[in-house]
Amino acid sequence: MAQTSANLIISDLRDRIQHLEGAIARPKAILPFEVAEIDERLPGGGLAYGAVHEFAGGVAGAVDGAAAALFVAGVAARTKGKVVWCLTRPDLFAPALAQVGLHPDRVVYVEAIREEYVLEAFEEALRFGGLAAVVAELVRLPMVASRRLQLAAESSGTIGLIIRRWRRQTEAGDFGHPTAAATRWRISVLPSEPLPVPGIGRARWLAELIRVKAGESADFEIGACDAQGRISLLSDAGDGSGQTQRSVHTS
Amino acid sequence: MAAAKAQALVQGLHMVDADPAADLAALERLTIWALSQYSPVVTIDPPDGIVMDTEGADHLQGGEELMLSGLVNRFRARGLMARAVVADTWGAAYGLARSMTAETKVVPTGKTADSVARLPPSSLRISSEALISLRTLGFETVGELAATPRAPLALRFGPEIGRRVDQMFGRVAEPIEPIRCPEIIEVHRAFAEPIAAVETIGKYISRLVTKLCLELQAKGLGVRRTDLIVHRVDNTIQALRAGTAKPVRDVVWLTKLLRDRIEKIDPGFGIEKLSLAATMVEPLDDRQIASSLVDDAAVDVGSFVDVLGNRGTYRIYRLAPVASDVPERSVQRISAVAAEVGQTWPMIWPRPVRLMDRPELIEVMALLPDHPPVWFTWRGKRRRVKRADGPERIFGEWWQRTSEWAAVRDYFTVEDETGERYWIFRSGDGVDHDTGSHRWFIHGTFA
Repeated sequence: MAQTSANLIISDLRDRIQHLEGAIARPKAILPFEVAEIDERLPGGGLAYGAVHEFAGGVAGAVDGAAAALFVAGVAARTKGKVVWCLTRPDLFAPALAQVGLHPDRVVYVEAIREEYVLEAFEEALRFGGLAAVVAELVRLPMVASRRLQLAAESSGTIGLIIRRWRRQTEAGDFGHPTAAATRWRISVLPSEPLPVPGIGRARWLAELIRVKAGESADFEIGACDAQGRISLLSDAGDGSGQTQRSVHTS
Repeated sequence: MAAAKAQALVQGLHMVDADPAADLAALERLTIWALSQYSPVVTIDPPDGIVMDTEGADHLQGGEELMLSGLVNRFRARGLMARAVVADTWGAAYGLARSMTAETKVVPTGKTADSVARLPPSSLRISSEALISLRTLGFETVGELAATPRAPLALRFGPEIGRRVDQMFGRVAEPIEPIRCPEIIEVHRAFAEPIAAVETIGKYISRLVTKLCLELQAKGLGVRRTDLIVHRVDNTIQALRAGTAKPVRDVVWLTKLLRDRIEKIDPGFGIEKLSLAATMVEPLDDRQIASSLVDDAAVDVGSFVDVLGNRGTYRIYRLAPVASDVPERSVQRISAVAAEVGQTWPMIWPRPVRLMDRPELIEVMALLPDHPPVWFTWRGKRRRVKRADGPERIFGEWWQRTSEWAAVRDYFTVEDETGERYWIFRSGDGVDHDTGSHRWFIHGTFA
């Protein structure tokens, strides 16, 4: 009882401070994953708009960032409007993005001639406003730069998604340095869903929520994005529908 | 060469009288075209040249080298031979363009003296009598002439030779007075006191843009190229060019494009006049862009694309589908502001997130003709294949290249023990060696 009343007082104080600061009374928009177990771990129940989120790949993914890129594409696909994708290495294969629901008409690619210019384009895109999401593929992200990007995202309310990819796997330790991103994720590949026949089932990922502002880190085993960019949670016991299918085939 | 000698060399030679007036008119038309395409400061250099100040405008063409080769190629497409040179001074560019064998040349900043030293005195723009006398005196190159004491030369030929040499080496200013045609919409602002502060320049830029947009609106036009020409008190001209992907008449948008690059202006001792010219215009009708009836109107990314595009350090594009089964040909780049295509790629087969620009050779052990590999070695690491899907057979496109007549690629998706998924293919169908080398390649990475 005492706790709830304390919470009431704190939330009241928060409202008054916000009123005093004269911040734009924008409702804190959230993009939920629509997976209850993941959303409840994130403050507000999803990825916040007007913030920068950071995604890296695990092991081999540190270099190609394939799973991280597709995870981000799935997030961007669930927003509404144009997406700007800033990169230096143009090895992204657009049909794969279309397969997670990111239509090619929605994506504008900004290819920088040098790594340093990606940050500049990313900030410009975040400040532009009116974009659904801004994605950047970055090698280095110093604390100062990330804080600046976070402020740019706050000023326009656009969601910023950063894919970290390094030249060599040994450089991936750089991800240990703190940044001002609201959430930091590591997406690594897991063996795909077993099928009753030879072949490759739905891809599975291990999504590690390494850092989240006002929340606790957590690990999730998820099924890769579907045609609308939605992910799904896998229970440790295995997918229920897969089990029934297997019994049909084996019996 | 005399006409009689030419007729003796070539049988049935068709002779046409020279028409200098028509040549000059054609050169003028070319100059005005170059003004809209390449640079804000362009003028005729009769009888056979065009001079441009491309400082601050070459990035719109992808840099100096690309600008020159593009320029020469566009002339060649029309059956014209052209030589193009970028140099520090008008004199150096004039001399080099008329004496070199290559089609294009970029002289790096500060290397003018070295590059012009071996040019003949005829590249100095001096009278033919003076040239003959110089030859009699034994002058073969500009370098020799420049190293000769000035006083005896001036005594004999007057000040002209010294002035031309100085102009070539950049010791004397040689302003280019830009050509103007009556259709160009231009607004000016002259200052009683020279201005130099960034804020002041920015303020007057936005006033000029407002004036320009009013004039454009009266004519129903939008700009594709806007030039800000800065006249300094020491009689030199600087220019800033802003390009847009679509015709624009938006004051805020144009002001931002020009203000973004204010730091490129060097005010020196002060600016006495600012001019803003709409060099390339296209019709633009009024249309409603904001409406309270539509909740989330489509956002026009045009202004964002222009802001980054004018910095010259980005390639901005969208990707659109092409009807081709060959993965590297199934994607094409289109303009970021092009109309929506509406189409997407077929969704039948999964596609990798990362596609290598060049497939890499791998070593495999696989059963022929249609089994996936049991293991493969890529970049020195051996991976055992746990699961695989395929083959997806892709045929060569003989209508693109005849050598692809029989070519076949069999694509497999493979997954190793750690769950990493790759896209690999075998060149050839596994039976017939005409279809390919039967070597294996890795082409992409799945998520």
